[in-house]
Amino acid sequence: MNAVRTMLARLGWSLVAPVLALVIAGIITSLILAVTGNNVSGFWDTILTVPSERQLANILNYAGILYLAGIACAIGFRMNLFNIGVEGQYRVGSFAAAVVAGEAWLPGRWNIAFAILVAMLAGAVWAGIAGILRVTRGVSEVISTIMLNAIAGLLVGFLIAKVGVSTGNSTNTKRIPGESTSEGTSLFGLFSGPSIYTLLFLSVLSGLVFWWVLNRTTFGFNLRATGTSETAAVASGVSVKKMVVVSMLMSGAVAGLVGMPVLFGQAHNYGSSFEAGLGFAGIAVALLGRNHPIGVAFGALIFAFLQERAAVLNILAGVSPDIVAVSQGIIVLAVVIAYEVVRRYRIKREQAAVGRALARTDTVEVAP
Amino acid sequence: MSAVVPAVEVPEVAPRKQGGNALRWLLWFAIGFVALALLRVSTGANDINSTGALRAALVASIPIALAGLGGLWSERAGVVNIGLEGMMIVGTLGAGYMGYQHGVIAGVLGALVFGAIGGVLHAVATVIFGVDHIVSGVAINIMAVGIAGFLAEQFFADLPGGGPTQSPPLPHAWSLNIGPLDDLCREMAGKGIFLVSDAFSLLGVLVGGFNALTMLALLLAVATWWILWHTAFGLRIRSVGESPSAAESLGVNVYFYKFVAVTVSGALAGLGGAYLAMVSFSGYQNGQTGGLGYIGLAALIFGNWRPGGLMIGAGIFGYTQAIQLRGGTESLHALLLGIAVALVCVAVWQARRRLWSKVIGAGLGALVFFVWFFATDEVPRHFTGMAPYVTTLLVLALFAQQLRMPAADGQTYRKGSAG
Repeated sequence: MNAVRTMLARLGWSLVAPVLALVIAGIITSLILAVTGNNVSGFWDTILTVPSERQLANILNYAGILYLAGIACAIGFRMNLFNIGVEGQYRVGSFAAAVVAGEAWLPGRWNIAFAILVAMLAGAVWAGIAGILRVTRGVSEVISTIMLNAIAGLLVGFLIAKVGVSTGNSTNTKRIPGESTSEGTSLFGLFSGPSIYTLLFLSVLSGLVFWWVLNRTTFGFNLRATGTSETAAVASGVSVKKMVVVSMLMSGAVAGLVGMPVLFGQAHNYGSSFEAGLGFAGIAVALLGRNHPIGVAFGALIFAFLQERAAVLNILAGVSPDIVAVSQGIIVLAVVIAYEVVRRYRIKREQAAVGRALARTDTVEVAP
Repeated sequence: MSAVVPAVEVPEVAPRKQGGNALRWLLWFAIGFVALALLRVSTGANDINSTGALRAALVASIPIALAGLGGLWSERAGVVNIGLEGMMIVGTLGAGYMGYQHGVIAGVLGALVFGAIGGVLHAVATVIFGVDHIVSGVAINIMAVGIAGFLAEQFFADLPGGGPTQSPPLPHAWSLNIGPLDDLCREMAGKGIFLVSDAFSLLGVLVGGFNALTMLALLLAVATWWILWHTAFGLRIRSVGESPSAAESLGVNVYFYKFVAVTVSGALAGLGGAYLAMVSFSGYQNGQTGGLGYIGLAALIFGNWRPGGLMIGAGIFGYTQAIQLRGGTESLHALLLGIAVALVCVAVWQARRRLWSKVIGAGLGALVFFVWFFATDEVPRHFTGMAPYVTTLLVLALFAQQLRMPAADGQTYRKGSAG
């Protein structure tokens, strides 16, 4: 009974901050819309409409991709390692996979599997550079990953120009043969057509593995320990250097997966039109979900939902869809501030509770 | 019984002379100038220091420098500012809106105010609420892209010459143009005489269309140096970035100084945005900054968190960008030789200091660049775009020992924790 109550209390407390943040973001967004003379009620009507099946499929697809980016960020964040470089890592990974898959050295499905491995490897290598620089030269991973993001964009651009095939107005990597693409799934008939990327199972898998590693393995324990208190972790024999490199590699490997569902499910090649900005969205999603496998899923769903509704905002309410990016930014900032405020409030409450308890025992002792 | 404490040897620090610093900068400037002139003569790449190239380099450097200066203010007060990019973005928008409505001065002020609002937001999050600096910066960057896109559509969509993603052309800032001198410079620079022509093409930058905003930016760089290193106010700002608890125990209001510094940081980044919208381009465009805020951050690190160093960093990064935009594959190719020779000089210098591992490193680097120079005819444009980032990574990796960032940079400080 008591255990259930503490669990519920914990759940309640962890929900306070995100809900607070969503409310604040909603209020500020409404204010911005009102001040600029936009249709506030139209905005809310559009945002809060229940999506159609096709839109639901889009939301799910986008959420799955965001989830991968979020998990990639969360792995590092859990040990206070700011991998800002998911953006660059997924580009390098997607490009490498697209090249390999386009060459089709292996038949059918094997080609997909091989390309996915290549993507993970490429992402891991790109992230590993930052990890190695951090442990050998003490270079802050924040700065190095920002630089590596920019380098990745230019390097991939250069390589596409070198090895790509020109298709009229743009240069892309070689098209993946039809037998090695994944058609999409209807999720056992939940959707009327094959509208969900098959490779979204990678998202589910990454989430499960992340959860399992974090909570059921020594490595995961060390990761969390290092994140909570590095000095304590060092004192208990954790090699922080090893942890940094390994978690950077893992983060990069997951980041490499980000582009896979779209690459095999829709785009079939890599070029300049391949979606950018997912890495930064992943940071936001990870923060929103407190780097928890389930929390990140909710964060990804919320962001994907907003993104999908934004697409029709202009048509239905005459509001520029850019406002959704504003809301997303506010959500991120509000959620971290809310967590901090809630944390401070809880500490105060606990201290007060301890104070009261001490006061009570005092009176008991004093009483004759 | 007291243990024998070995006497701590206090290393003798030569008192730094006021004039010495300026002289050293001048010397470096002269070396760079002569090196470029030599390179021009020896490779025949005439665009390497033509007036046009130098002017383009200056224009490309200033936004980077302003973003870097913004970073300097904030990081010297101990607040890491990844949000520079976002503050720059809202700066371009402020300049676009106010500049179109009320003229150049209003545009500059608008950019300053918009940028400063971004700075205030960052300060509220990081200083008052103790949010992680990186997180806040990332959030500000996401928000800035959205707000700029959103407001741009509001402001400019229905204006003549404007559109949902760009403003109408903005009024030009005043620029200095001394016709006869300009003509003389052009004539002399065209003659190709070693050093003389080079000097005239440099002079041509100053007398042919030297922009008021460029002047303002350079003055702000000097002002930053003077305020942060030569006033009590600046000392306090730096003290909260080095050791906030010590500063607080001496009665410095840590929150106040951090707040001010981050706000100024935002304003400077915003001004960088104004420069982009009003000088580099002829109006506001969505996505105009293109990561220049990050390059500013790179310049800051390259310059070891010092104003002089960051200006040099901004100059180098701006120069490579400008050369690339002028389509100067020939110039870039010539620069490879310059880098190779510079590395040889480093190797010789390190050999005199008997630091053999560094000699080998520099020698190998020189070899790579020599081979690159002689084996190819041009440098792919993607590579020059990479130059600032790769340089920063190399500087960080190779000179990590010499770099010294503010001691409490990036740490959250809670009021009263000095005890």
